[in-house]
Amino acid sequence: MQFALLIYESPEAFAMRNNEDPDPYRGAWRAYYKSMLEAGIYLGGNPLELPHSGATVAVRNGTRRVQDGPYADTKEQLAGVILLELPSRDVALEWAARCPAVTVGSVEVRPLAPETKRRIEE
Amino acid sequence: MSDDNNQEWTHRAVERIARESYGRLVAYLAAHTHDLASAEDALSEALLAALTAWPRDGVPQKPEAWLLTTARHRIIDRARHENVVLASEHTLTLMRTNGAEAPAAPEFPDERLKLLFACAHPKISADMHTPLMLQAVLGLEAARIAQAFLVPASTMGQRLVRAKGRIREAGVPFEIPQKSELPSRLDAVLEAIYAAFGIGWDDMAGASERGRELAEEAIWLARVLLHLMPDEPEVRGLLALMLHCEARRAARRGFAGRYIPLSEQDPRQWSLPLIEEAERLLAEAAERRCIGRFQLEAAIQSVHAERAHGRRTEWPAIVAFYGQLLRIHPSLGVSTGYAAALGEAGGAEAGLAALNAIDLQAASAYQPYWAVRAHLLERLGNTAEARDAFDRAIGLADDPAIRHFLLNKRG
Repeated sequence: MQFALLIYESPEAFAMRNNEDPDPYRGAWRAYYKSMLEAGIYLGGNPLELPHSGATVAVRNGTRRVQDGPYADTKEQLAGVILLELPSRDVALEWAARCPAVTVGSVEVRPLAPETKRRIEE
Repeated sequence: MSDDNNQEWTHRAVERIARESYGRLVAYLAAHTHDLASAEDALSEALLAALTAWPRDGVPQKPEAWLLTTARHRIIDRARHENVVLASEHTLTLMRTNGAEAPAAPEFPDERLKLLFACAHPKISADMHTPLMLQAVLGLEAARIAQAFLVPASTMGQRLVRAKGRIREAGVPFEIPQKSELPSRLDAVLEAIYAAFGIGWDDMAGASERGRELAEEAIWLARVLLHLMPDEPEVRGLLALMLHCEARRAARRGFAGRYIPLSEQDPRQWSLPLIEEAERLLAEAAERRCIGRFQLEAAIQSVHAERAHGRRTEWPAIVAFYGQLLRIHPSLGVSTGYAAALGEAGGAEAGLAALNAIDLQAASAYQPYWAVRAHLLERLGNTAEARDAFDRAIGLADDPAIRHFLLNKRG
């Protein structure tokens, strides 16, 4: 099964990205990334730039709306996505619990929906 | 004892009496109906009824008997209400024994042992043994159990319902196994209690925070089991093992929750009464001259506990105990522990050689393996490989305090 770990971080955690090395948070991420690679479960993923760098597009009643920043204005914002190949949701939750972001934000575990994709590809 | 302590002690004592009754009552009801879910439902209804009745009428002289009678009535009422044909021999028995007079305490047999064996029955999937016991015998809520097992509360709730359904439908017996079956069946019970304790690994670097909140519950379960099976040395071994580890609880965390590994703990912070109790249990178990996995694990902790008396750790003794464990109960944890002990007793080189003999595939997501490896490589001055192993150990840690500890070691 393939899972997405959706990493949410607080503004404080986003700010830590500018810390000088050696930085414990970055060190923990480096180690986490390495563990996923070595365990042979890592499919892909990337961190995202800061929330304000984005823009949200929607069309309603024929009118196109473009809004600066993310769609939802919440304290924790999407900060990255990791795709993993794992045997079960329980194992996915174990990997989420190891993610350094859980202490400064949260990690949502969602299975990918290959069936939905297949219907698009038809 | 300060007032606060006294109050807390009283509170705990009351909680424990309630807990003991819960398990005894569920066990008695379920042993007759073979329906764990309905026994639990009936008892929670009886407890609710007590909340209204007791303040009004006063606490009955035999609160357990009162709860039992009320719960039985609920089971029978529900069976009638649902128009269920009372075909079940057990339910009929339950009805017949439901005399007008509530039974006195001695006539109300303790069926918890049967309940423990039912929860850890081979027909129930092994990963549900512990959650079932925690709920059925101790009355813990699904949400609390879920937290310790790192699954959402709703998921754990569903799994518990399914497991109880399985007990009923697969006809899991509520009985004490025959002598020929006993060792393996008892092993499953002990294993489930130990899993609740939540530490497969207490030493070098790895104590997982997960499940630790259940440590007291696990010790309580082991005490119940010892009370019910006083002649089984492995029960004593398990309780001794858990008490040794529990004795170090206060020493395991330093300022601001900093993780302190066993080797750096201040033995003056260990609980001497718990250590003494553990030692006594282990000595009693040894008298039976029937060694087992839990006695060996407790013996290892007993060697570590020598530091409480100002003595050095006898690593060769620990190596010998791990060697025996490898023969009778091999596991990844035991192999890793053996390598770590060898690293202390016979030098880092020997430890690393033992570690290299472990299947790398199996160890790829096993945190303690990488922590021990990092520690040994560092001692050998192999900094580059040590950093690599530290990274693996850090990346696999799910306890922020341990992650922090290892990050500092890695440098």
